[in-house]
Amino acid sequence: MSDASSGGQRRGLPPVATLILQRLGLSALLLIAVSLLIFVGIEALPGDFASTYLGQSATPQAIANITAELGLDRPIWTRYFEWLGGAVQGDFGTSWASGQDVSAQISRRLGNSLFLAAVAAVIAVPLAVGLGMLAVRYVDRLADRLINIVSLAAISLPEFFVGYLLILFFAVKFGVAPFPATVYDSMSLGERLGAIALPVATLVLVVIAHMMRMTRAAILSIMSSQYIETAELKGIGALRTIIHHAAPNAVAPIVNVVALNLAYLVVGVVVVEVVFVYPGMGQYMVDAVTVRDMPVVQACGLIFAAVYILLNMVADIVSILANPRLRHPR
Amino acid sequence: MADLLEVRDLKIGAHAYEEDGSRREIEIVKGISFDLEKGRVLGLIGESGAGKSTIGLAALAYGRGGVTITGGQVRLDGEDILALSPRGIGRVRGARVCYVAQSAAAAFNPAHKLGDQVIEGTLRHGIMSKSEARARAAELFGILGLPDPETFGNRYPHQVSGGQLQRAMTAMALCPRPDLIVFDEPTTALDVTTQIDVLAAIKRAIEETGTAALYITHDLAVVAQVADDIMVLRHGETVEYGPTRQIIEAPEEGYTRALVDVRTTSKPAATDQSGALLRLEGISASYGSGPQVLTDVSLHVPRGQTLAIVGESGSGKSTLARVITGLLPQSAGTVTFDGETLPPRLAQRSKDQLRQIQLIYQMADTAVNPRHTVAQIIGRPLRFYHGMRGKARRERVQELLDQIEMGQGFADRYPAELSGGQKQRVAIARALAAGPELILCDEPTSALDPLVAEGILSLLMRLQKETGVSYVFITHDIAIVRAIADSVAVMLNGRLQRFGPRDEALSPPFDDYTDLLLKSVPEMKEGWLEEALSSRRIASGGQ
Repeated sequence: MSDASSGGQRRGLPPVATLILQRLGLSALLLIAVSLLIFVGIEALPGDFASTYLGQSATPQAIANITAELGLDRPIWTRYFEWLGGAVQGDFGTSWASGQDVSAQISRRLGNSLFLAAVAAVIAVPLAVGLGMLAVRYVDRLADRLINIVSLAAISLPEFFVGYLLILFFAVKFGVAPFPATVYDSMSLGERLGAIALPVATLVLVVIAHMMRMTRAAILSIMSSQYIETAELKGIGALRTIIHHAAPNAVAPIVNVVALNLAYLVVGVVVVEVVFVYPGMGQYMVDAVTVRDMPVVQACGLIFAAVYILLNMVADIVSILANPRLRHPR
Repeated sequence: MADLLEVRDLKIGAHAYEEDGSRREIEIVKGISFDLEKGRVLGLIGESGAGKSTIGLAALAYGRGGVTITGGQVRLDGEDILALSPRGIGRVRGARVCYVAQSAAAAFNPAHKLGDQVIEGTLRHGIMSKSEARARAAELFGILGLPDPETFGNRYPHQVSGGQLQRAMTAMALCPRPDLIVFDEPTTALDVTTQIDVLAAIKRAIEETGTAALYITHDLAVVAQVADDIMVLRHGETVEYGPTRQIIEAPEEGYTRALVDVRTTSKPAATDQSGALLRLEGISASYGSGPQVLTDVSLHVPRGQTLAIVGESGSGKSTLARVITGLLPQSAGTVTFDGETLPPRLAQRSKDQLRQIQLIYQMADTAVNPRHTVAQIIGRPLRFYHGMRGKARRERVQELLDQIEMGQGFADRYPAELSGGQKQRVAIARALAAGPELILCDEPTSALDPLVAEGILSLLMRLQKETGVSYVFITHDIAIVRAIADSVAVMLNGRLQRFGPRDEALSPPFDDYTDLLLKSVPEMKEGWLEEALSSRRIASGGQ
């Protein structure tokens, strides 16, 4: 054992750095692969922009004109690398439908979506992890069962249904929350938070169960470890044992589920944004798909993929850093 | 004045599940009573299942798993701790009574520094300030002979050795200045050369701090070194209880006598060791691109004889067995069996070559399929190597069962219905079923209780006499080597330290390591520890 580990680190980077660099490289590769998939996939979609745009007035000549104007007659590889080159520099081209700069339009929308996701995450993650720990503390008792049943009910309902339920009760019947959740540039932070209360509540309800259950399962499996018994035999209280002794060893599985759910909060908000008429990325993308506005769809797709990959990479790196064996080699 | 610890008529129960799934209460400790004065050490000794750990944990009012304390009293300074509220028990644990577990490697939290864990209980109970506790921990690290006592606590559990962890665990128990420490087999998982140091450190720490202790072990020779009194337990009942000297020198009960002179198997070493069934020449091996774990090992085993390979964990003895079986191809050297060179890789060996060499493992529990009956387990090699089916196979299974002294009624049982010793016997029968010429035994008795292990050893010796099979017997137990080996190989750091006929290998002049190894084996007499340590000091001082 000792020979093996001392031999491995004699030269070069410490193992943690090597592992993290590997993850970074892998993520970059993955992102490029995904960009290719998005581009080719959209290319293969049936229907084209020109005929959708022209509608009734689509003559072969008009279609050919628009196709040439947009440069769609050039080979696919030329267009792919042109697009990729631009995307790397943050330039996603111009929208075919509106003729406006895609990057400028997206940045505000993305900001809105990230704001919604961030507020939901700030509430959901600590709540889920906290409830998970509480469920472990009172495992198989009333509190545990209650937390489980409620969270299971929340995850079982489709998010649009939860959204409409919340609208029905809090916006229509009691009138305590605003609908639709429209935000403007001129709003203050407080006003914004008020405006997104219902979509945030919907998102929290949807993602909390998964994280809570994983926290509970991961910590429970640690609770049968001998070092938990050691803590108990040192007279350490149950809650401190869970938080101080069990949780640090359950970080890896929990972080992975949290990352998955955070990614969902950014990428999966499409439905919720549409339900609440919230001006975020999701709505923007749905609108663009209906008119075959490819630069917008591609840009949204790539950004969603990047968020997914980034969050999972962060989760991987946190898991690596949470392992004391890797952090402190012998 | 009352004694520090008074245990009165302690009864402990556990749930057992019947085959039909119904739950049944069984009593695993049946009315135990004893007293312990301040500063004294009581040894609790017995086989697994005797209830010794359960009694030790009852001193912390703790029941492990589904175990519950059903009756009696555990009085600490006159107060019955079994009657305390959970909060009240929390104030006893880790403050007045502390616990040292068998496997410190599993008992320390991998996520926190050792020092923080050592002082955690002391701080949480408000016994000392943080700086006092840190100073106390450093002092204890020093007493326990840990390197760099001031900074040792900054390390994480995976950064120190098993022996050091066990000492750190002892420091953790001593830190809050408890009245009583429960040591639960603290040296059992250690190599014999490490055990002697940890044992000495524990003994010194007990003496210097004046704490009382319950010392739980299955090894009478070990407990004889530290305990003032010894209680021998069996099936949850007291067999014998008295001063250490009386227990080991004049045991009254038959069971205690059996424990004291457990080694009954012995055979003279074979005189002619010239022929070789198995011959290894210049074997070197490593795992993947890792460091070399075996370096230039050459030895041989004559037909019908036993070669014992001894060494501590990490010395390469199990790796050697993997090379012989072909599980790990060697990087250099040759394995010759019955005159023909064996291909290094398992996949390249013929079915008959595979049949000739069989294995018995340390953990019979994990080496037999829990979902197969005994007949299926033993019948598998009969079918695979000999193509036996139906009635012929059934009869041969029964013959083999008779050979391992298990007889009728076992064929249809599942491993879960067998004891540890019986499972190991089934594993032996499975090896025999192939009709091998060589059986590699990898610590087949080290997970078993002494008397059960003794039964397995005598069975192996009888089978050798009857079938002429050869053994390569991997062990860390010198006493076994003395009893059954014809030749001995001592390994250290992947190299052969010593190889030869048993009586030659285990007689002086010794190399340094073999000398250390032999001197570290606990002997069943009071004062052995001091003698061994002082002779060691003389030896190292003379150099």
